[in-house]
Amino acid sequence: MASPLELRRRIRSVDNTRQITRAMQLVAASRMRRAQEAVQAARPYATHISGMIERLVLATGNDRLPPILQPRPIERTAFLVLTTNRGLAGPLNTNIVRTTVNEIEGTSDAIEISVVVVGKKGHLALRGLYTLSAVFTEISDQPSVIDIAPVTQLLVDGYERGDFDEVRMIYPEFVNILTQQPRVVRLFPVVLPEVQQDAREADIIFEPDPASVLQALIPRFVEMTVYRAMLELAASEQSARMVAMRAATENATELIEGLRLAYNKLRQSRITSEIIDIASGANALADA
Amino acid sequence: MAELTLTVVSPEREVLREEGVTLVLAPSVEGQLGILPRHAPLITQLAPGTLELRRGAETQHFSITGGFLEVMDNTVTVLADASENASEISRERAEAAREAAVRDLEEARRTHDDVMTTQARLALLRALARLRTVERARRG
Repeated sequence: MASPLELRRRIRSVDNTRQITRAMQLVAASRMRRAQEAVQAARPYATHISGMIERLVLATGNDRLPPILQPRPIERTAFLVLTTNRGLAGPLNTNIVRTTVNEIEGTSDAIEISVVVVGKKGHLALRGLYTLSAVFTEISDQPSVIDIAPVTQLLVDGYERGDFDEVRMIYPEFVNILTQQPRVVRLFPVVLPEVQQDAREADIIFEPDPASVLQALIPRFVEMTVYRAMLELAASEQSARMVAMRAATENATELIEGLRLAYNKLRQSRITSEIIDIASGANALADA
Repeated sequence: MAELTLTVVSPEREVLREEGVTLVLAPSVEGQLGILPRHAPLITQLAPGTLELRRGAETQHFSITGGFLEVMDNTVTVLADASENASEISRERAEAAREAAVRDLEEARRTHDDVMTTQARLALLRALARLRTVERARRG
């Protein structure tokens, strides 16, 4: 049985850990709110850019699409995997890595694969499995468009050069605080917004011409898609961490309760035996 | 008299939403573009520079690092890569950013670092657009 001193030490140690996990829980909660606001703030741009692309595609016509939108046979596929830089975020990164492995295993063997990773956690988990063609670990967990520009630049250039014919992005979608769903979306060839059937070609002036504007706009569209996924990742990371840290805090509280109980029992039994000692001594004296 | 509604959005936020605008001056890739109320529908690409809006006698300036502009039914929508109001821009910081970007760009060119080159080039364009906007706003 542990000595009372040892128990006290353990209680103090668990309590210190609990203070840390609680602090992390609170920090994650406030960062999560900020991340969710960022997701909201990105919405108007997404709406406007989709509308503009729709009008441009309509005006260009399917037979005169710029090279970036022209379909071609898929021989090489690149995967963009978004993970976090820090751990202690529950099963978030593990789920993303598992989805990635499933996706890659599910791809036909005839297709050449390359993997681009964002985040230290993905880098650590995937570097032993595949050859990574690029790794980005310097992007903050409050990402800005400028932070992710190199990532999209790499993909847009690679696609235009023909290094790959398809790009799929894997990231955690923030569903709610308890649920983060791994999602796989296709970045290239670009999935165009649905053109309304009843949309008619308005008399729009294009400068310089619809195809060139479209060619310039598509990289922005991809950038916006990646940026929004990064925001989803940030919101997911913070909420997963908040939930994990809350569980850890509760766990520590339970541990402390158990240890306190053991400590109090031990203390009480020592007092009792001491009282018995004194009482029997006193009785012996009184009897004499 | 008809008036314009101007909305400027960047991927990060809605920068601006102004009603009752009488003139918008924007840096199109084909040259300076002036938009008055009842302008014909238009979609164009923007170059880095200054976006200016006038409402009566009032004038506001925004830096813009490139983007796209659409005019439709007296509504002007600007999809900016990044945009800031002239009053939010610090001249000293923009100047420092420009110098840092030039240094980074030289460094990146020497080491042939593509990622760094891209970042430095974008940073330089942003800094220049900001500096030009501050200058324009000061001149009025």
